[in-house]
Amino acid sequence: MTTILEIEGLRKSFGGVLVTDDLSVSLQKGEALGVVGPNGAGKTTMLNLIGGAVRPDAGRVLFEGQDITHLARHERCRRGLGRTYQVPRPFVGMTAFENVLVGATHGRGKSERASYQTAVDALERADLLHHANTVAGSLTLLDRKRLELARALATEPRVLLLDEIAGGLTEAEVNELIETIRALRSEGMSIIWIEHIVHALLAVVDRLMAIDFGKLLIEGDPHEVICSPEVEYCYMGTERV
Amino acid sequence: MTWVNVIVQGVLLGGLYALYATGLSLVFGVMRMVNLAHGDLSILAAFICLLVVGVVDVNPLLALVVVVPLVFLVGYLLQRFLLNFTLKGDDMRPLLATFGLSVIIQNGLLQGFSADSRGLDAGRIENASLALGDKVAFGWFPLLILVVSVLVIVLLNAFLTRTQLGRAFRATSDDQGAARLMGIDNKHIYALAMGIALAIVALAGVLMGIRTTFTPGIGPARLVYAFEAVIMGGLGSSWGTLVGGIMLGVAQTVGFQLSPGWGIFVGHLVFVTVLAIRPSGLFAKTVS
Repeated sequence: MTTILEIEGLRKSFGGVLVTDDLSVSLQKGEALGVVGPNGAGKTTMLNLIGGAVRPDAGRVLFEGQDITHLARHERCRRGLGRTYQVPRPFVGMTAFENVLVGATHGRGKSERASYQTAVDALERADLLHHANTVAGSLTLLDRKRLELARALATEPRVLLLDEIAGGLTEAEVNELIETIRALRSEGMSIIWIEHIVHALLAVVDRLMAIDFGKLLIEGDPHEVICSPEVEYCYMGTERV
Repeated sequence: MTWVNVIVQGVLLGGLYALYATGLSLVFGVMRMVNLAHGDLSILAAFICLLVVGVVDVNPLLALVVVVPLVFLVGYLLQRFLLNFTLKGDDMRPLLATFGLSVIIQNGLLQGFSADSRGLDAGRIENASLALGDKVAFGWFPLLILVVSVLVIVLLNAFLTRTQLGRAFRATSDDQGAARLMGIDNKHIYALAMGIALAIVALAGVLMGIRTTFTPGIGPARLVYAFEAVIMGGLGSSWGTLVGGIMLGVAQTVGFQLSPGWGIFVGHLVFVTVLAIRPSGLFAKTVS
């Protein structure tokens, strides 16, 4: 097993609020890591720090052994980091196919011709090929989530950061999405997945970490973590015995 | 027949306004930024053309081969190394920066070229016209301007819808954060957009410099016409911009025909009327 992504001692505060407090995590190649934590725990900020939307006050982000802490977002994308947003942000004026094409041509630097195939593959893997020519602005929530995924896949990432991709979907839709992500997982994609829908996470991830107040509470086997007193405490507020 | 001629002249003038407006609309569309120095930059381009013509003694239309790429470069560098820094934070910053730029350009040109009216001499094409009957005549040159502006709009549309780079422009316009996630360097895209916008406005500035005279202080008036054309046509619609430009041109020439003092006024009046009836313009595409 080789480490593909590593964060070391990341610290970030907005104003006086410390949202990431000395956070260190590493992701193995081909591993799927789940992240849980209450609202405001700093989960999305963690992804933003990895993806480059937010710069840390201290600490480092290493991707494939190289320090990318100071790289711009588009450069991280070109290196092989893909992410989806919690609330989908499609290019609303373009068709789904064009949306995905942008990722293939600009994220991967492919020629127009080569990127057509990449875009079709990405749409297929995200199960959205039937809506290729639909304008993104008129897609349903599930399809927008699929488009987020397809667009990220078109940049051919080696690490995929998923931010609550199952949030807001119906139970049946969540199950569909689990299948899609499980398929990516079996192709060997390395994934960090933030999610509130725990059963979706447990169906896919190899390892689970829980954070609260920007700090790592516990990490390890998904079932053990979810049943741990630390997680129970931060969600339920029960007294520790 | 006089009125037919007035309308024809108005349509031809509108082509020029549409050309001005297209650059303004592109910049606003891609980076949601209003460039208050837009008109002054077109005058700057006309003066650069004057210099080029002075040095190598060619027809100003031929000098465009030098002027347009040069102004493209000015636009690229201006955005990359100055205006990009104003895009963070509130909307006032790019307004103030481009307003300052407008003052600097005007005064720089006054210093270098005095306040005299100048013109670019393109030779015989300026006065050549095609008479249709007694009262109606097309000037070849105004017709050329209209053809050029239609061509620019067609090419720009093709660029935006059919090329990789054009898609990057549209993606950045829709959501610059998501675009960066797709590997698009938004700073580069913004600089290219400004470069293209100023290349178009340089074309407009030189063509207008041939058609009429210009002084260092006339830029802001051109900006106002460009604004009116964009707003009447509707933000985000390039064909709307052409229609807006033509409406403004026709309104002004009709006004001038009514009374020499009324041209600009009637133009503004039509603009205000459109704004009152359809605040988002006639062919608005952008969703607020």
